[in-house]
Amino acid sequence: MELTLWTYEGPPHVGAMRVASSMKDIHYVLHAPQGDTYADLLFTMIERRGKRPPVTYTTFQARDLGGDTAELVKRNITEAVERFKPKTLLVGESCTAELIQDQPGALAKGMGFDIPIVNLELPAYSKKENWGASETLYQIIRTLLKDKVNEIEKVNPQRWKSLGRRPKVNILGPTLLGFRCRDDVIEIQRILSEQGIDTNVVAPLGSNPDDIARLTDADINICLYHEIAETSCDWLKRNCGMEYTTTIPIGIKNTINFINEVHEKLDLPLTNQEELEHKSKLPWYSKSVDSNYLTGKRVFIFGDGTHAIAAAKIAKDELGFEVVGLGTYSREMARQVRAAAKDLNIEALITNSYLEVEDAMKKASPELVLGTQMERHSAKRLGIPCSVISTPMHVQDVPARYSPQMGWEGANVIFDDWVHPLMMGLEEHLIDMFKHDFEFVDGHQSHLGHTATKGPENKEDQKTRSNISIQKKGNVIWTDSGRAELTKVPFFVRGKVKSNTEKYALSKGLPEISDETLYDAKAYFG
Amino acid sequence: MSKVDLNKETGPREVFCGLTSIVWLHRRMPDAFFLVVGSRTCAHLIQSAAGVMIFAEPRFGTAILEEKDLAGLADAHEELDRVVNDLISRRPEIKTLFLVGSCPSEVIKLDLATVAEKLNSRFLGQVRFVNYSGSGIETTFTQGEDGALKALVPLMESTDDEKLLLVGTLANNVEDRFKKIFNNIGITNVESFPPRQSTELPKIGKNTKVLLAQPYLSDTVRDLKHHGCEIIQAPFPLGVEGSTKWVLAAAAAFKINELKVHEVIAPLANRARQAIEKHKEILRGKKLFLLPESQLEISLARFLHNECEMELIEVGTPYLNRDLMEEELNLLPDDTKIVEGQHVEKQLDRVRASNPDLVVCGMGLANPLEAEGISTKWSIEMVFSPIHGIDQAADLAGLFSRPLKRNQILTSKSLATH
Repeated sequence: MELTLWTYEGPPHVGAMRVASSMKDIHYVLHAPQGDTYADLLFTMIERRGKRPPVTYTTFQARDLGGDTAELVKRNITEAVERFKPKTLLVGESCTAELIQDQPGALAKGMGFDIPIVNLELPAYSKKENWGASETLYQIIRTLLKDKVNEIEKVNPQRWKSLGRRPKVNILGPTLLGFRCRDDVIEIQRILSEQGIDTNVVAPLGSNPDDIARLTDADINICLYHEIAETSCDWLKRNCGMEYTTTIPIGIKNTINFINEVHEKLDLPLTNQEELEHKSKLPWYSKSVDSNYLTGKRVFIFGDGTHAIAAAKIAKDELGFEVVGLGTYSREMARQVRAAAKDLNIEALITNSYLEVEDAMKKASPELVLGTQMERHSAKRLGIPCSVISTPMHVQDVPARYSPQMGWEGANVIFDDWVHPLMMGLEEHLIDMFKHDFEFVDGHQSHLGHTATKGPENKEDQKTRSNISIQKKGNVIWTDSGRAELTKVPFFVRGKVKSNTEKYALSKGLPEISDETLYDAKAYFG
Repeated sequence: MSKVDLNKETGPREVFCGLTSIVWLHRRMPDAFFLVVGSRTCAHLIQSAAGVMIFAEPRFGTAILEEKDLAGLADAHEELDRVVNDLISRRPEIKTLFLVGSCPSEVIKLDLATVAEKLNSRFLGQVRFVNYSGSGIETTFTQGEDGALKALVPLMESTDDEKLLLVGTLANNVEDRFKKIFNNIGITNVESFPPRQSTELPKIGKNTKVLLAQPYLSDTVRDLKHHGCEIIQAPFPLGVEGSTKWVLAAAAAFKINELKVHEVIAPLANRARQAIEKHKEILRGKKLFLLPESQLEISLARFLHNECEMELIEVGTPYLNRDLMEEELNLLPDDTKIVEGQHVEKQLDRVRASNPDLVVCGMGLANPLEAEGISTKWSIEMVFSPIHGIDQAADLAGLFSRPLKRNQILTSKSLATH
């Protein structure tokens, strides 16, 4: 049993819903009690979808349990097929139905429909949302292609040459409620078409079962999000010989690596290598003198595996930050995240507890946090600027404007999204510096005040901040001069300076911290 | 009794389960913690329904069942013990801990009552444990509050003092207004259940007169009656009419002259009717379809028809307790179509066929209906906004006029041609 106050991922059937809702002509009969219908609002409210997810919930009740819940399942399947006329039917169960073991998938298969039926078995007590999405996509692909794979010959990634056509690829992994998937797909397709590469199918987002059946028309697969598409790409490789790319095109370096990887797999000569560096403004913006102050900024990163790893690379190599924390809630990608952290000489944080993340964030005393919406809240409490880089989705993560994370435009978006909060952080510092000037209007707030929509939280911020100078640790006392000096330290390193000074005072057995102690400690720690 | 047209429907439903009520209950009683014993779905449901990211450590959580907990129930009880211990050492300020059953815990027959009993003796004097089920196989949305309150009834001490007990969660400011009105008409001993502090439960007994503030408390009412309380029959305090009749019913129970009540209420009622007027201009003659969710639907329909002159197409309700709703049903126009239960697909067919001007529905359905050109009002807002009482009547009307007004603004010709 795990005590959970808030969770980064939903249950696996929500992952299945993400795949089903991303597709057309597909319907999902979910054996589940009525409360599980809440999941519809994730799509209709967060993603602002004007369509209900294609899901029929059996909504069995306690009084049904003594009777024949299997009949209830069959009735719902019959009605759903008649009403929605799907080309492929997904059948599965949520956590509660898993316990009563009606085996709805097997029931559906025995009902004599002439459409493919995908039986989804998603263990709700051990797996989570992204796994559910990955498994669902895989099962759909397997069901719709398994007869075909024996008939066709293995796909040679270079066959486009002999077939006398442009190379074409599948883009696998984008779903609804995935971070900026909608725009990433457009960006990647644009990049590929610039290189003379066509898109065969994008799946699951926007595809239908017929598209899935023609996945093998492509020469290679692009695995756009490991969490969702890797299992499917593996299966297509084993059974159809389809090669797939593993580089995630987030950031300039990895976008270039990605383009190279695609070209190598297709054996397509890359003719505009040197142009690529100039496709995004990120490299120049990062080089411009204005960005000098970004050097060595301490950044704490937490998110899904794909985005966290990508963020660490960009932070270090493309913006010159120092990564002081890296973690993920995607247990499936723990190994990769650990490896990325090891390269940075830090230890990866693999957890589903936002409180643990907040603690780690506090300890790392970063100047910028890149995280989920939850880290945005934690960072706000700590008075640290933050940019959101990963799911779980929030209505703010579905912006009206074009706003990808991948490719050239993605790099532009990332530069703006990460650097602006830092600049606002500096502004905060300036306000702090000038607040004693007579021109200063009391009540003027920078971004931390303006973006706060909830009053109590704001107060929380102020409380944390004003507490900084009066708290004492152990039996060390801050003298007036020490306290005064501490308030002159820029707010974003104040916490660090405070704890270092206290550590120093304790280790030296000093009962008081004066302004001089603070400078002694500064010299001591360097 | 008015001749309303009562129907029942079964089929796939689109409603929240009782766990959702934790979202307002934990705010009402800041010294209580709600621990759901359930699955990741339960945890995800509550955080999604609340619609906000939490801003601090919340006073609700989920003990998520894992595979090993399903294998042996004895171990599950031990595990739950461990989780509770962790929680209490982390949150020593908690005075009452609600162990909330869920669909999976009910199906595997996890005995939360026994767990609560054991924990009660262990933490005697420190934390009180109560248990109830918010599971979706037994409860719909607001019924979760019914379960929570029912679980508290056995803990209420007895008294023979005469008092008025308002039952059902109210916004604090609304509660204060009600108390003032009751004081003004001469009822001075007024208490609320649930109270603002979980440890300050009102005492009850044969001279306790219960006035329901919310319509969804069937089980709680039954138990209060069992403890000797008198239940005052009244419509619910939504709108001027409902609130006035509600106060009058209480006054009658306390043998207070009706004229005294009118003297106190008349100025408030006049003020409220004037304030409703501008909303009525928008709502008058508009066709309303209410989908089932909160059990407030019948009272809302009565208010929107009688005071805002809307036409009622269909009034859905997840569950109809005819005893509790009798006064409300009497106030509805004849032949009002009431549908208890739901077949969401067939109901949406009827929505489309009847071409309503406004549909009251859950959040899962609102945007899809909007995309079809049908204006909607989310029903969940009714349980989060202060809507009860005469002073809030115009605000309540405003919740329904706003989407229509907005629709007018956005589709007006001047905008479309720009």
